[in-house]
Amino acid sequence: MDVRDTYRHNVLTSGHRACSGCGEAMAARMVTDIIGPDAVYINATGCLQVFTTHNQQSAWQAPWIHSVFANAAAVASGVEAAMRANGKDTPVVVQAGDGGTFDIGLQCLSGMIERGHDVLFVCYDNEAYMNTGVQRSSSTPHAVRTTTSPPGRLSEGKHHLKKDVISIIAAHQMPYAATATVAYFPDLKAKVEKAMSLKGPRFLQVLSPCPLGWNHDAAQTIQVSRLAVETGLFPLVELEHGAVTGVMRLARQRPVEDYIKLQGRFKHLFGSKGGAVEIRHLQALADARIRRYGLLEADTEWTTDTANQVQRRGRGGYARVSKGESQ
Amino acid sequence: MEGSHAVAEAVSLCRPQVVAAYPITPQTHIIEHLAEMVADGGLASEFISAESEFAAASIVLGAVAAGSRAFTASASQGLLLMTEVLFNIAGLRLPVVMVCANRAVGAPINIFSDHQDSMALRDAGWIQLYAGSNQEAADTIIQAYRIAETCELPVMVCMDGFFLTHTFEPVDLPGQDTVDAFLPAFHFARTLDPTRPITLGGGSEPDNYMEYRQHQHQALVSAATEIENVNLEFAQTFGRDHGGLIDAYRLEGAEVVMVTLGSVMGAVKDVVDSLRGQGQLVGALRLRCFRPFPASALVTSLCDTGCNAKRIVVLEKALSVGADGIVVTELRAALHNAGMAVIVEGFVGGLGGRDLTIEVIESVFRTASDGVSTRCRFAGLKPESGDQSTMGES
Ligand SMILES: Cc1ncc(C[n+]2csc(CCOP(=O)(O)OP(=O)(O)O)c2C)c(N)n1
Ligand code: SF4
Repeated sequence: MDVRDTYRHNVLTSGHRACSGCGEAMAARMVTDIIGPDAVYINATGCLQVFTTHNQQSAWQAPWIHSVFANAAAVASGVEAAMRANGKDTPVVVQAGDGGTFDIGLQCLSGMIERGHDVLFVCYDNEAYMNTGVQRSSSTPHAVRTTTSPPGRLSEGKHHLKKDVISIIAAHQMPYAATATVAYFPDLKAKVEKAMSLKGPRFLQVLSPCPLGWNHDAAQTIQVSRLAVETGLFPLVELEHGAVTGVMRLARQRPVEDYIKLQGRFKHLFGSKGGAVEIRHLQALADARIRRYGLLEADTEWTTDTANQVQRRGRGGYARVSKGESQ
Repeated sequence: MEGSHAVAEAVSLCRPQVVAAYPITPQTHIIEHLAEMVADGGLASEFISAESEFAAASIVLGAVAAGSRAFTASASQGLLLMTEVLFNIAGLRLPVVMVCANRAVGAPINIFSDHQDSMALRDAGWIQLYAGSNQEAADTIIQAYRIAETCELPVMVCMDGFFLTHTFEPVDLPGQDTVDAFLPAFHFARTLDPTRPITLGGGSEPDNYMEYRQHQHQALVSAATEIENVNLEFAQTFGRDHGGLIDAYRLEGAEVVMVTLGSVMGAVKDVVDSLRGQGQLVGALRLRCFRPFPASALVTSLCDTGCNAKRIVVLEKALSVGADGIVVTELRAALHNAGMAVIVEGFVGGLGGRDLTIEVIESVFRTASDGVSTRCRFAGLKPESGDQSTMGES
């Protein structure tokens, strides 16, 4: 018997406890409403799980399960196998943060894709471990301040680059992998619909600004999300069976400074010589991504090859500091 | 039939719809045989080769939550890699059944048998049943699904690596019809179904977490009755009784009783017979069920029902390093709580696959009568590591 309330269709309903302006809450609302309530949702540990379930209260109006932090893709593999064994084709959807995708959950995700499970894995990428209070993840961009990559006398924030997870995922030669963000709803919608129209493992990386961790105005989540794309730092791309099949081209490129100056997590880069080096490197990374995916008609200053060789300040990582230049 | 083969056949008779597997000695033959059955079409099941035991446990978690009977197996390092998920399965009250092919834990890495792996998981919230023979291991699988699905609790069937998994014994496998009649089709009330949306595994806080845990504890304690009942019904249906919670041997009038677990019971019974033949009043008791801990069944068998235990010696294949044997500690507490002032001496032996020979078992009986010790003692150490009587004291 169907016991659902026919008047309340939202998969993720109101009353949850996300911070105001939470990009992850917006993204999850968008994605799950496009997919709808006739699906099973598996959530990794993280903000989304914490702010939607609390002491016998739940904001989910679809079947939803959370097990632990690292295993969402494996739980989904089991759910999907059970559906197949029972002759059902209920869609199976994973939702995880970047920690649950890029870091602790990557092994289970790779296994799920390699085995070809019919599952959509959605990563809400807010570029740090937000639920535990803003620690760096391998998704955190270079030079960002988090509580575990604090700027200091020997450091300009995170020393390492943001992991290129979409390439890693696409290298599994799976049916569909794409990036999206909350500022471009029609694009996001088209990608979710495309993903849901396909069988097999599918992956979506949705950039989801976090006003708390990125330290931006809660009213500017959409602007920040849009600037990430317009600067070239977060290209919107689609890959099918490992090959790029779609990119959102840019009419013009915005300088990365326009993006980072809205966010407190980059504030330490302004007004110092070392910080200027890092900003220049972030620009190089944006240029390289634009070139790599052909997002602009015009050339950019930095190529894919040169961007990763730009010097970075601070200890750690594999930064090459040329003598006499940056210290 | 090889123990692993027998267990795989028993699993197949229970018709699991999802099997998740990752190889580790001495568990591997079980999943290999299941893979063959699936490949040959004898078993209609989704066979999933996980990329780790952590994933294998997570896969069966998801499968059961989504309404399928599931199976996985592991041992040692693999079981420990599953730890986080095993606690989670128990907390979610999912009726998962798995086999632990008991093996030592590294370092030093060692593929041979002892009970340290499953004993380390004793607080995870799983029912733990230890098999004494291949026949019992196979039969316990069938019982385990019944118990798990009635109690909404996961069950770990523990069988000694190599001693059982790799040895050949005659095993009588029941017919599919009998098993189908004994084990109804899988049903799980809290399944993930879009027409009846539920949230599984949501957050809890100080104002209700304790009640969840108390309920879980109560469910595990109450499962003891179900384990006994299922054993009785199994005996009626299949004609084999392995003991419900405990398997007692020649306890009538026994003054010294050895308590142990697993396959070593065969040798212990031989020693009991020969000592009885020499006029010594000895008996033995095998803990078939370690979780829930059968405290009252133990107290009853050891102190009532014609047993006259003045000394109890526990011989176990695991220890809580830095403290004592694990079973001995719990048994002492149970007897103490029941007001029984019996001397309980603990011996740890058979670690990492070392043989618990007739001589070692006899020496444990002998040493027990020599004096009282509350220290953790090791049975069967090499002479240079301890005293001449192969009894080392720590
Ligand atoms: C095994 C394990 N390690 C650590 C934690 C603590 N923890 C909970 S959520 C979290 C971070 C989540 O980060 P992310 O996946 O990026 O999601 P977000 O909260 O940012 O949405 C951490 C470290 C945990 N729950 N389990
Ligand atoms: S910390 Fe960030 S991701 Fe978490 S709820 Fe707040 S805004 Fe959302």
